[in-house]
Amino acid sequence: MTVLGIETSCDETSAAVLRDGSLLSNVTATQLVHAKFGGVVPELASRAHVRMITPVVQDALAKAGVSPEGIDTIAAVYGPGLIGSILVGLSFGKAMAIGLGVPFVGVNHIEAHLVSNFIEEPRPDFPFVSLTVSGGHTQLVLVTGPLEYILLGETRDDAAGEAFDKAAKMLGIGYPGGPVIDKLARDGSPDAIQFPRPYLDEDGYEFSFSGLKTSLLYYLRKHQLTEERLQREPRLLADLCASFQAAIVDVLVQKLFTAAGRHGATSIAVAGGVAANSALRRRLEFESAKRKLRLFIPRFEYCTDNGAMIAMAGYLKAQKGMYSDLELPAVPNLRIGSTP
Amino acid sequence: MTGRYRTTSEGETRKVAAACGAELRRGDVVALYGDLGTGKTQFVKGLCEAFGVSENVSSPTFVLLHRYRGRDRSGRELFIHHLDLYRVGSPEEVLDLGYEELFFGDGLVVVEWAERLGPLLPPRRIDVHLTAGVGENDREIIIERVITATQGARVGR
Repeated sequence: MTVLGIETSCDETSAAVLRDGSLLSNVTATQLVHAKFGGVVPELASRAHVRMITPVVQDALAKAGVSPEGIDTIAAVYGPGLIGSILVGLSFGKAMAIGLGVPFVGVNHIEAHLVSNFIEEPRPDFPFVSLTVSGGHTQLVLVTGPLEYILLGETRDDAAGEAFDKAAKMLGIGYPGGPVIDKLARDGSPDAIQFPRPYLDEDGYEFSFSGLKTSLLYYLRKHQLTEERLQREPRLLADLCASFQAAIVDVLVQKLFTAAGRHGATSIAVAGGVAANSALRRRLEFESAKRKLRLFIPRFEYCTDNGAMIAMAGYLKAQKGMYSDLELPAVPNLRIGSTP
Repeated sequence: MTGRYRTTSEGETRKVAAACGAELRRGDVVALYGDLGTGKTQFVKGLCEAFGVSENVSSPTFVLLHRYRGRDRSGRELFIHHLDLYRVGSPEEVLDLGYEELFFGDGLVVVEWAERLGPLLPPRRIDVHLTAGVGENDREIIIERVITATQGARVGR
């Protein structure tokens, strides 16, 4: 079975070709235009998707050495994400499925992140606990089989990546916040400022990063740390970044390993853009080695939004006969576990 | 519903919002104003409680729009559209989110960073201003019903 996967849920236009579970190509066009505007600009995002979708799909087919007629299933993301952006890839995928007379599979973006560790060898053993952390998502999921999972917990307010972005905004250091804070934090002390570790003592797997954002805001206010002053005091800025980052990393890591222990997982998997954070990676490597757990983090291009994971999820769904109706709508706040 | 409230915890902010929600009706638009970290998302959580929303109400900053299913007082299904315009650069971009369907539908619309709607801000609405107090959890919440003259604004491409 040869599957074309299409991803347009946010700011990446990406397409991939997968044959019988092996990836043949993955092409991603990132909309760098967002950096200039300090965030994902929805109208720009959907317009750029419209411009990019055809060349990206053509490129993915060419790199795979597959003609459109060689595709026998088309998978596209239908949520969650920006409604205008999702619609571009979803409509393109459906139209191509009609044109080629092949079945269509709608893919949940979060579900796709969960299978991103199956794109390349080695692959995790079931059951494993997966942490998906990005600008839009912070979720802890117990994966018991292919496309079989239980949502253990998610964020009650801000996603971890969003917390990084908003903190970077308060500190006046640019977008996207995660990479900038990661970089500046390398020269700072994670123990310099004690930010709260929300829900660290609670039993559940829910996350909350909104309070952390508020305490950064009050810290800056209390010490009259304006953007200008922080620019003049790089040491202080580095300490703020390192301490803020440490609070997020502590919570993510603690909950992930608690869940792995309780559910008898031998593997843990991490996906989403925040998986690129170097402090998080170091802690994950250290803690998993200590507990003799196998740690899986996909290569960066499969951590962030990509067509390969959509193709993989589409392939797994097609194998189970889970095809979608062409009336399938775009669902901006699609949850996992929801059925199309 | 209208008035000035002081809260000292996220829970209290949700309670004020739930009381406000109990007086809202279909088609109402609630415009939220306040800086990062002043409790706008908490306020939406409270509003949603008033309509029996069982889904997780979280920040839509990243995806701009969340939709929750609730029930009105007669038990009829009601959708709450939760917008967050933090990343939106100009009012025209809101048109891409399905502005007409949302703001002139029979659901409830709650907008974070409502000032970014500019001329698209509906003349009849409920304004909620959230400001941070001296203590880390102190908030002042001002709720008012607003009716402004129609501006006849043109927003388009």
